[in-house]
Amino acid sequence: MTVLVLGVGNAWRGDDAAGLEVARRLGQAAPACARIRTHEGDPSGLIAAWREQQHVIVVDAVGSGAAPGTVHRLDPLREPLRSQMFSASTHHLGVAEAVELARALDRLPARLELYGIEAAGFDAGAPLTEAVERAVGQVAAELAQRLAQVGSRRRTTARRSSSEPQTTIGKSASSPSSAGPSGAV
Amino acid sequence: MSADPKTRTIMTKVLARVEGEGAMYVQVRGDQVTDVQLRIYEPPRFFEGVLRGRSAMEVPDITSRICGICPIAYQLSSCAAIEDACGLEVPEPIRLLRRLVYCGEWVESHGLHVAMLHAPDFLGYESAIAMAADHRDVVACGLDIKQAGNEIMWLVGGRDVHPINMRVGGFYRAPTRRELQPLAERLKRAREDALEAVRWAATLPIPDHELPHELVALSDPYDYAIERGRLVSSEGLDIAPAQYDEHFVEQQVPHSNPLHARTRARGSYLCGPLSRYGLGSHKLSPLARQAAAEAGLGPVCRNPFQSIVVRSVEILYAFDEALRIIDAYEQPDRPAVEVQPRAATGHGWTEAPRGMLYHRYRIDEQGTILDAKIVPPTSQNQGLIEEDLRELVGANLDLSDERLTLRCEQAIRNYDPCISCATHFLKLEIDRQ
Repeated sequence: MTVLVLGVGNAWRGDDAAGLEVARRLGQAAPACARIRTHEGDPSGLIAAWREQQHVIVVDAVGSGAAPGTVHRLDPLREPLRSQMFSASTHHLGVAEAVELARALDRLPARLELYGIEAAGFDAGAPLTEAVERAVGQVAAELAQRLAQVGSRRRTTARRSSSEPQTTIGKSASSPSSAGPSGAV
Repeated sequence: MSADPKTRTIMTKVLARVEGEGAMYVQVRGDQVTDVQLRIYEPPRFFEGVLRGRSAMEVPDITSRICGICPIAYQLSSCAAIEDACGLEVPEPIRLLRRLVYCGEWVESHGLHVAMLHAPDFLGYESAIAMAADHRDVVACGLDIKQAGNEIMWLVGGRDVHPINMRVGGFYRAPTRRELQPLAERLKRAREDALEAVRWAATLPIPDHELPHELVALSDPYDYAIERGRLVSSEGLDIAPAQYDEHFVEQQVPHSNPLHARTRARGSYLCGPLSRYGLGSHKLSPLARQAAAEAGLGPVCRNPFQSIVVRSVEILYAFDEALRIIDAYEQPDRPAVEVQPRAATGHGWTEAPRGMLYHRYRIDEQGTILDAKIVPPTSQNQGLIEEDLRELVGANLDLSDERLTLRCEQAIRNYDPCISCATHFLKLEIDRQ
């Protein structure tokens, strides 16, 4: 089973790049059990991206009023998301709406986690603010460690259960539709 | 001494399920509708000013930022105008590839509107998410249709939001026939969904209403017009892009930031799916024409509430047309033709999902933009929307304020206003006095 990590955001909107930056850093040394993708387009495309996946982790910038750099760890399968936390425009759904729509359509993955990094600002063209930069590093490190542990557990299980050469679940180069909305990192 | 006639004010602070921000104010005195204002108070975005001094080659990328749901419309209307200024006509394979990506945008935009923005009005829900609980198949189908449109945008346009593969003269890269085949398989399945969507739309409760206004749309000599054509109307208009200013005028109104448009001869007019359909339904594909007929549409449709059916037919046509283009696709020798700027004024228009989008640019011999004019379809429809609401409110004064407000909101969504294009966010205020 592969863990799909989706970094969501907008590279040109200040701290809104946080999710993308986490995905970029994870992608530099991605473990074999993970697929790391960025998603900059319409969040309703997330529903297609995570459909029928077993385990999905979404990383996005949020605005809840907490201190900038705060990392929220959310479990949307257990409780509804507060839509005001996630940016949306009148032209497309936000991540929270995409989750609620997927819930209504029974198109959520078997397991979904959401890392929300509290933003300080969304100024056009601005880099990540300091607190968010630190939080991005923290989240990337935490996810790298978790994914490494998942990979390690799988290799151990594979060696115990079979005498055949172990197979590793590789990072796929492209999704089934090569025109998919999420970019490989 | 006569008593003051009863005055009602009906106001919606924020109109949901439209693209952008605006307000609606209606005043009724006794049984007379005395004032209707579509107030677009989102600030003007000054794109026409921003473009001055930029290179003509940058125009598609800059203007696409006007809208997140119809960027192709801006890119291709601007390319049409710049290419007109430079005396350039792209070869047929490039024109067809542009038409293909435009089909993707029609599907994406119409799909979102039909299923997520407009359908809840007809079925009595506040949102698509609330509607999905009881009508899961409808919302799922709409989402799948929209996703298929997104995939066309990704493959041909390079990205679904603000496509990066579009340029003056053509594309940065043209797909191969082989690359288009998986997309074709996907679109065949989506076309089935679209046919079901037309049949479903035909079952919706449609209020009776009729627009007497002039219908204005592009007309292509052979096909249902999308990316090119002359501008025609139900009152006999038949003009080329360079004649736009002779026949149309824009004016400022105090209560709204975007300019109102009218024909010089007659006044407010309608652009968008109803106009395209009314003026060109005979040019739809056989499948789309048959589906329209089975859905109860005649050759012309003047009921704005039936626009949800017409948009569904246009989605079906867009899939049909996309598949036709892919089937006959010849990869262009070069993805784009060379553009030689010259000092000139160029005019161009295309049919955005919401209607005719006109661009005009004056450029110098280096290809620097000296001035620009952009007329979005939602701006053009403003005057008509107000007139339509006046009529609608007048005919429904017996309804309570709450029900009348909902009916007005549904009526505004008939036009699928893209308020960010015209800069709007809608709040409805009905002032009964």
